[in-house]
Amino acid sequence: MNPEPQSGLQRVLSEGGFAVTAECGPPRGGNAEVIRDKGRWLKGCVDAVNVTDNQTAIVRMSSIAACVHLQQMGLEPVMQMVTRDRNRIALQSDIMGAYSLGIRNILCLSGDHQTFGSQPDAMNVFDIDSINLLRAVQTMRDEGRDMSGYELDGPPRMFIGAVANPFADPLDYHVIRLAKKIEAGADFIQTQCVYNLERFKEWMRLAREEGLTDRVHILAGVTPLRSLRMTQHMASKVAGMDVPDSVRKRMAGAPRGKVAEEGTRICLETIAELRQIEGVHGVHIMAIGGEEKVSEIVEAAGLTPGPAVA
Amino acid sequence: MIVGEQKPIAEIKRMVAPYKKLLILGCGTCVSTCFAGGKDEVATLASALRLAFRAEGGEIEVEELTVERQCENEFIQEAAAGAARNSAVLSLACGAGVQAIARRFGRTPVLPGVNTSFIGVLERQGVFTEECIGCGNCELAVFGGICPITRCSKKLLNGPCGGSQGGKCEIDPETDCAWQLIIDRLRVLGQMDNLRTYIPPKDWRSSISGGPRKLVREDLIV
Ligand code: SF4
Ligand code: SF4
Repeated sequence: MNPEPQSGLQRVLSEGGFAVTAECGPPRGGNAEVIRDKGRWLKGCVDAVNVTDNQTAIVRMSSIAACVHLQQMGLEPVMQMVTRDRNRIALQSDIMGAYSLGIRNILCLSGDHQTFGSQPDAMNVFDIDSINLLRAVQTMRDEGRDMSGYELDGPPRMFIGAVANPFADPLDYHVIRLAKKIEAGADFIQTQCVYNLERFKEWMRLAREEGLTDRVHILAGVTPLRSLRMTQHMASKVAGMDVPDSVRKRMAGAPRGKVAEEGTRICLETIAELRQIEGVHGVHIMAIGGEEKVSEIVEAAGLTPGPAVA
Repeated sequence: MIVGEQKPIAEIKRMVAPYKKLLILGCGTCVSTCFAGGKDEVATLASALRLAFRAEGGEIEVEELTVERQCENEFIQEAAAGAARNSAVLSLACGAGVQAIARRFGRTPVLPGVNTSFIGVLERQGVFTEECIGCGNCELAVFGGICPITRCSKKLLNGPCGGSQGGKCEIDPETDCAWQLIIDRLRVLGQMDNLRTYIPPKDWRSSISGGPRKLVREDLIV
């Protein structure tokens, strides 16, 4: 792992803090105010803001640019980077560029397939996969070399993240995959939204057994459900999402006008349980389209951003 | 084999409209096996075109011929007289066959009557699946005989994405997740350790990324 932390998120985690991060999607256009609004909602209540890279393959303002806007407001960005749209040449170049602009965290993903997105007629790239990207960023940082072995003038020293889906099948294999991501360079892991706590605990137990939780910081993903429609959509339409019947029933049973409240309550209970799980070092709040609600949740959950020892 | 599908008749009609005398040239190998451009398809298409033009008061003279393979000079030669007699050739071969014909008969317009789809297998009657993109460096040995470069929608080499669910790919519930197939097969083979091995980025130079490819077999050149 990066010896002297240049990343604020890394500092929080290495000092044993319980990190709180949030997700922020850039706008479909060049209006930086949209990002700044989201930044204002999130400022002071999270340790870092994860900025998506053309999420669900919908064309948006670049993650790098949005990260810089947030950084200028004093927030700590995590730049997402998917291998769907850029080959290894463009990926490495953008990582160097992002570092030169002050970005210190990266989250490496393969990315949603473009057939889901706004321009399904596009050609995809997938020159390398997310694990290859992790290894490339690690090599740049630790050996100061690019993928060709060329020595870099100013190696980008990134704090490196990857994603994991504890709910994807088969379970035992996905623990092997987590190990592979750590081996390839992941310092922190952001998980798929947790609704099925039993399954998540089982995955964490397997990860602990393999000694993986000592080698990586796991940030559990949470998304407050806001409506029955959203619950239905998450349960049936979102790839890799596991919303158990118990959660669906609770949402369906909530009185009219109190559905969103119930969603928040479930989210808070989930966070409380996650904090008790050995090896969980933080939560990542993905308040899809509801960034203004994040501070409420952080406050109600009794989470305080910043290093454990202030 | 190369799997292809005949173009819609309306598109073919538009393509051949400027020509009065047309040779429909079938190919007796891959496209014949997948019912896109063999002898039978040539005959059916020829009658359909004659009928269609007649119905609109137009006229077209259609000649039919099917050779064993349109990608080999020895067989292409059999079409020379037919190509010379007609004002255009509509080839029902794969893209390679069409180009081989065009190269050989430099003065005759050669048109494609088939959409070349992929290198695949006949899974069951009427169903063909893509299995190989001809990357030029076969790595099937580590993947239990299932190609993630072709059959994983994201060409992932180090395991499935988070979208794999119930054995199906995130892009379509009808499409098997290649990685589920690979994991299942490696489990049966007792080779789950392959999954722990880091697979480095692929060297795409042997694929189309390295430019058009050519294979030279010195030992066969006479
Ligand atoms: S590894 Fe390459 S040659 Fe082998 S099946 Fe896949 S695409 Fe074809
Ligand atoms: S679901 Fe499976 S086949 Fe589809 S992109 Fe993901 S890993 Fe590849």
